Amino acid sequence: MASHQQHEHQEQTHGSMKSYIIGFLLSVVLTIIPLVAVLNDMFNKKTTIVIVLITAVLQFLVQLLFFMHIREEEKPRYNLISLIFAIVMLLTIVIGSIWIMTYNAVAV
Amino acid sequence: MLETIKEFASEFFVTGDPLILGAQVSIGLAMVAIVFVLTFFKKWRWLWTEWLTTVDHKKIGIMYIICAILMLFRGGVDALLMRVQLAAPQVEFLNAEHYNAIFTTHGVIMILFMAMPLMFGLFNIIVPLQLGARDVAFPFLNSFSFWMFFAGAMLFNVSFVIGGSPDAGWLAYPPLSELSGSPGVGQDFYIWGIQISGIGSLATGINFVATILKMRAPGMKLMKMPMFTWSVFASSVTIMFAFPILTVTLFLLFLDRYLGAHFFTVDGGGNPMMYLNLIWMWGHPEVYIVVLPAFGIFSEVAAAFSKKKIFGYKSMVFALMSISFFSFFTWAHHFFTMGSGANVNAFFAVTTMIIAIPTGVKVFNWIFTMYRGKLSFPTPMMWMLAFIPCFVTGGMTGVMLSVAPADFQFHNSYFLIAHFHHVLIGGVVFGYFAGLYYWWPKMFGFKLHEGLGKWAFWFWNIGFYVCFMPQYALGLMGMTRRFNEYNFDMGWQPINVVSTVGAFLMGIAFLFQVWQIAHSIRFLKKETNGDNWGQGRTLEWSIPSPAPFYNFARIPHVVEQDDWWEKKERKARGEADPAEVIAADTVPLEPIHMPKNSGIPIIMAGFWFTAGFGFVFDWKWMIILGLVGVVATMIARSFNYNDDYYVPVEEIERIEAAALKGAK
Amino acid sequence: MAQAHAHKHDQGHQDPEQLKQFGFWLFMVTDVILFATLFATFVVLRGNVAGGPVGSDLIEINGIIVSTFILLTSSFTSGLALLSMNKGSKQGLIFWLAVSALLGLSFVYLEVTEFIHLINEGVNIGTSAYWSSFFTLVGAHGLHVSLGIVWITLVIMQIAKRGITPATKRRVNIISLYWHFLDAIWIFVFSIVYLMEVM
Repeated sequence: MASHQQHEHQEQTHGSMKSYIIGFLLSVVLTIIPLVAVLNDMFNKKTTIVIVLITAVLQFLVQLLFFMHIREEEKPRYNLISLIFAIVMLLTIVIGSIWIMTYNAVAV
Repeated sequence: MLETIKEFASEFFVTGDPLILGAQVSIGLAMVAIVFVLTFFKKWRWLWTEWLTTVDHKKIGIMYIICAILMLFRGGVDALLMRVQLAAPQVEFLNAEHYNAIFTTHGVIMILFMAMPLMFGLFNIIVPLQLGARDVAFPFLNSFSFWMFFAGAMLFNVSFVIGGSPDAGWLAYPPLSELSGSPGVGQDFYIWGIQISGIGSLATGINFVATILKMRAPGMKLMKMPMFTWSVFASSVTIMFAFPILTVTLFLLFLDRYLGAHFFTVDGGGNPMMYLNLIWMWGHPEVYIVVLPAFGIFSEVAAAFSKKKIFGYKSMVFALMSISFFSFFTWAHHFFTMGSGANVNAFFAVTTMIIAIPTGVKVFNWIFTMYRGKLSFPTPMMWMLAFIPCFVTGGMTGVMLSVAPADFQFHNSYFLIAHFHHVLIGGVVFGYFAGLYYWWPKMFGFKLHEGLGKWAFWFWNIGFYVCFMPQYALGLMGMTRRFNEYNFDMGWQPINVVSTVGAFLMGIAFLFQVWQIAHSIRFLKKETNGDNWGQGRTLEWSIPSPAPFYNFARIPHVVEQDDWWEKKERKARGEADPAEVIAADTVPLEPIHMPKNSGIPIIMAGFWFTAGFGFVFDWKWMIILGLVGVVATMIARSFNYNDDYYVPVEEIERIEAAALKGAK
Repeated sequence: MAQAHAHKHDQGHQDPEQLKQFGFWLFMVTDVILFATLFATFVVLRGNVAGGPVGSDLIEINGIIVSTFILLTSSFTSGLALLSMNKGSKQGLIFWLAVSALLGLSFVYLEVTEFIHLINEGVNIGTSAYWSSFFTLVGAHGLHVSLGIVWITLVIMQIAKRGITPATKRRVNIISLYWHFLDAIWIFVFSIVYLMEVM
């Protein structure tokens, strides 16, 4: 039965020192970039928001790949599927709320 | 001293209404009677070890169903009181406040404390059996979910006699539900009752997603799962993504009331509309959460009593999953009149219409399943047949409501009331009745009396149409919801009388069902044949009724969709089973690994109740006691490594032999 | 006992420890939705200050930057704990878990200090919709971290008592997943609540 092989994999599914260090360094860099951009007022507001959001998403991906090892999941990838669905819902909740509520904003 | 006690009691208990006084007395008497019976027959220990601490999914399911039926009674009485009040203009039966409390509790109880537990009861009893599993993925968590539901339901219901009921509508829109609009404790009971039971529901959702994905018998691919299990999966996924929104929304309302925050207030920059936006993000998926399993039940029943495979299995699965997905994109149709502009309204009108398509697909699939089937009409099948026209009409009025400009006319009128009762009773209640009748022998080993069941069926159905069809007309005539009285010159009275008569017909139908259950327990003899209807299709019918506590002595190997039916067909044709099926059926018995019973869930839920009650009255010592207790029980659980045991082979052999003997 | 049932399968069923890890993942997914709702509330209400102070007047970004790096490091060290565990080093596992918990504790300390600072400046949860959603979102994350610290402590106690067994291993896997998850949430709190406020 397929499930018999599962915990032999357990040993290898948690990455190596190398992947943790790469992940850590990438995260540090991705934190510093938006920080520098914001604190030095390097770009106009729109560009800064885009930079902040993009680096945040990238750093989230770094955590996912290098720390949580989402790539190493066995098929079927239920963890990944559920996470993607959650992100779709997250965007729905946030963007949907913003969209609906822009027409219902109360003064201050 | 005596004076302070008196004063406290007069504020603590709800006083002054003869109806409530009667209820208080009868609750008190019932409690005394229960304690007396348990003590007299020395049943306390039995109750604790066999039921209160159980982690057996079948027993938990039965407890859910008992609670649901009790809640159906209370919600039903609320409904009858409202219909009496509305039967004639300017009746002096319920005053405005009492009427507000009753329509609020009617809604909350029917959705959250009747439909949800009835649904969870059927999930619990049937899904592991259909999967060929010994229990759900997390039996301890399952018990915890039940007791959280129970604690929440009790906390909500106690408001009726202590402190005062919530009265701001079933979704408690602010600013009415804020401290400024509802200064009493009723609204706090509402928040904590739903919050606590909501945590339990969320855990159940997670539990069943894990169970269905990971606990299937060997060979049961996803696309070979029974339809009911698919519908439970769709519903559980929806729970997982919808219930956290409810938790947060109610928590924010709590912060507004308790700490003076300004999320939904009219001052301080708060925005009550945001509450509507958030609560319906949960609220709309919620109606699909309760109706999807009913769709699954109808699929099982239609296939079983047509002696045919379900028509269009793949399209059925696709429809279930797409309903589950799209249910998250329609929420704004509950507040078209809020003024979100044409773009928002158009988008949500279109998504609402889209979601009707997969629902329509399912209706055609059920009809085609019956087409040229070998039909028989026991009670579950009758409910299935009654459901189709009822749900189609209810669904069509839903599409009418989805037309945003027209909705400005229908909004909050009795047209809306008639619509959602049409889909919720016609879909959910009829569905769960079908499921209860269909699986009752699996739970208890005997069928319910058919004759009484048919009386109940006709009373329910006739009562339903008599009650709700007139309400469409009332809505179009301008009667809005949540009025406790109206004037003579409105011309609504004759139609309201008809509606009230219908409500009482449904009340009689409920009495028939109670009689039916009592009669069946008393007079019908146990059958131990596992395949009680003789035409079961899925794995739950392959084991004795009621199922042994470990469910399957040997885990079956599944080769096809409707595996048990196919196996019977092979036998009838004299064909041999595939090798792996024979291997699974003849493998020597092994000790079965089972979880141990645990008292932690009920104790933890008790502490949640304590904390919730403390929050309602803002008694700090009680809040602290409750929360410390919750953490302590969690730690106790974390340090407990001795939570499982093995059932020895001899015991399995003994139980299996006894079941076999009973079958002959 | 725990050893025994990790290897004895219930006829084709899942390894119970893996199953529990999957269940925890599903819980985390629901937690994503919980934070999504809080973020949505914050974003919608962020402009509603009701004539009171706005965030950029009072937020001191330096402290926030420090706590961001602290949490990031603790996410990294909880990964190192996992590596030690896979190497079978009980000491290393306990050490790195303790380091992660202490870093978490200093994060919570900084957050409490920040809240006290804000309250002394005259804003609290009841000041305006903006501050209600600010304190709730940041506080919800802080509460998660605090619970995580308690939880790590409990896991350390269990490892000290029982060593590295399949059951304790699963607890470490889960807690480190949770810890990475909280760091991921913080990235968005940091970006959306703080960085976008002060720019």
